[in-house]
Amino acid sequence: MRRREFALSAAAFAVLPEARATEEAMRAAIRAWAGRQPEAGALKIEIAELVENGNAVPVRVAASQPVVGLALFTPLNPEPEVLHASFGAALARPEFSTRMRLARSQRVYAVAKAADGRCWQTGVDVIVTLAACVEA
Amino acid sequence: MKTLNTATETQRHRRIQTLLLCVSVSLWLCFGLALADERRSGRDTMSPALRTLQADDAQHPAQLALALGKEQWSAGAKSCASCHGEPEKVRGAATRYPAWDQGLVDLPGRIQRCRVRHQQLPAWAPEAEPLLALTALVARQSRGLPLQPPQGPELDAAAQRGQQLYTNRIGALNLSCDQCHDERAGLRLGGSLIPQAHVDDYPVYRLEWQSLGSLQRRLRGCLSGVRATAWGWDSAELLALETYLARRSAGMPMQPPGVRP
Amino acid sequence: MATRAVITLPEAIKAGEAFEVRATVAHAMETGYRSGDDGARLARDLVRRFECRLDGEFVFAADLYAAISANPYLAFWMRADKAGELSFVWRGDNGFEHRETRLLVLT
Repeated sequence: MRRREFALSAAAFAVLPEARATEEAMRAAIRAWAGRQPEAGALKIEIAELVENGNAVPVRVAASQPVVGLALFTPLNPEPEVLHASFGAALARPEFSTRMRLARSQRVYAVAKAADGRCWQTGVDVIVTLAACVEA
Repeated sequence: MKTLNTATETQRHRRIQTLLLCVSVSLWLCFGLALADERRSGRDTMSPALRTLQADDAQHPAQLALALGKEQWSAGAKSCASCHGEPEKVRGAATRYPAWDQGLVDLPGRIQRCRVRHQQLPAWAPEAEPLLALTALVARQSRGLPLQPPQGPELDAAAQRGQQLYTNRIGALNLSCDQCHDERAGLRLGGSLIPQAHVDDYPVYRLEWQSLGSLQRRLRGCLSGVRATAWGWDSAELLALETYLARRSAGMPMQPPGVRP
Repeated sequence: MATRAVITLPEAIKAGEAFEVRATVAHAMETGYRSGDDGARLARDLVRRFECRLDGEFVFAADLYAAISANPYLAFWMRADKAGELSFVWRGDNGFEHRETRLLVLT
C-alpha cells in the first residue's frame, strides 16, 4: 500500500515540477497584495477542519471592522493566491464567501487591508482527505 | 355469589397478568426491532459543510445544471413541456426507476428514449451535459418522496442478477460491493468514510468530478477503483445492479440532486 | 441561450438593509495542472475577474486564481438606498466574458 502511494505521488511530482509553492512565495504574494508585511490580527475564516474533497471547499472570510479588501492565500497549493476581494462603499459587511481548491492539508491564510493602509492576517489549519478510489 | 377471591387465586391471577405483560412486551420489542431501519443516506454521513451545500439551493453546485435543465425542458418545437407540461407535473416519476419497458431502463435512459422516439433527435452521449441537466431537473421534482422501484417478473430477475453482481468479488483487488458497503460501511478507506452506498440522491454533483454525474458513472468509478473492467454504459450488468440498488434503498426519501465528496 | 450564470438575490429587499448576493458562473476553471484522457496537459483556462456594480458604481470585485473551484461561486453582502440596476461581469482567459444584470426593486 505504501509503495503504491509513493509511486503515485512520485509520478505526480514528476508530471508537476512546479507542484509546490513555498511559504516564501506565499509571503511574497501577500506582500504584493497588501503593500507591506501584515501583522498578526483577528479575522474570521470559516472553513471545515476536515475536508472530504479538496476540489470544492466552502470558505467564508470576515473582518470585524470596515476594510477595503480581503484576500486568501495558501502555502502548499501549486500557487499561493486564491482570491483577492475589493470592496466598494455599498458593501454592507466586510466579508465574502467562495469555494476554493486545496491540494493538500495546510494552513489557509486570510489577509485584510484597511483604508488607512493597515493590514493584518490570520491562518487556520485544514486537513484534506482525498477520494479513496479515483476514476481511470 | 362468591365475590371474595382467595389469596392463592389473586396470586395466580397476578402471575398470569405478569406473564401476559411480558409476552406482549417482547412481541412489541421484536416487532419494533424488525422495523428499525439502520439505513443511512450518504448525505447524513457527510460533513456539515457539504450537507449545507446540498441543502441550500442558492449554494448548490448543481444550480447551473438545474437552470440548464429548465431551459432544455422548454426548448424546441417538440419540447418536453409540450407533452409533460410544467416540470412539476412529473413529480413522483423519478421514484419509479429502474423500470421495465421493452427492456430495463433507468431515468437517464428514459429521457434518451423520449428524445429519440418522441422528439426525433439523436441520442446524447453518456453523461452529456444537457442529459444530466434534464435528469437533475426531473429527479428534483421527486424531492422528499420515498424511492419506490417498480416490481414485476423481469425486474425481479434483474434485481436478483444485480444482487449476485453486488456480492461477487471482482477486479484485481478482488473485492465485492458488499464487502465495503455492507460489511464495512462507517469505517474508513484511506481518509474517506465508507458510505452505505444508497442511491437516494442521484444524479449527484461529485466534488471529485467537479460536475454532475449519474449512478452509472459512479458505479463505473467503483469498478475502476477495484481494478475491474468497467461494464459498458447501459449494459445489462449496470442496469441489473441499478435495479438491485434501487430496491436496497427502497422507501428512503430522495433528495436529488445530491452533493458528494 | 444556455444558462451560463445563476444569481440569487432575496425576494424582498428593504432600502438601506444589508442583503446577500450570490453569483455562480459556469466555467471549468482549468488549472493547467490536469491531464486529459490522452495524457496531454489541459491548458490553463481561468475566470480572472468578477465585478459587481450598482448603477455603474463599484460594489464588489474579486480577482480569481486557479485555486478557486470550478463554476466559481461568490457571495457578498451589500445595501442599496434606492432601486437601480445591478450589473455583474466575469472576465477570463481566451477572451471569456459574461455579463448579467438584475433590476433591484426595493420594498
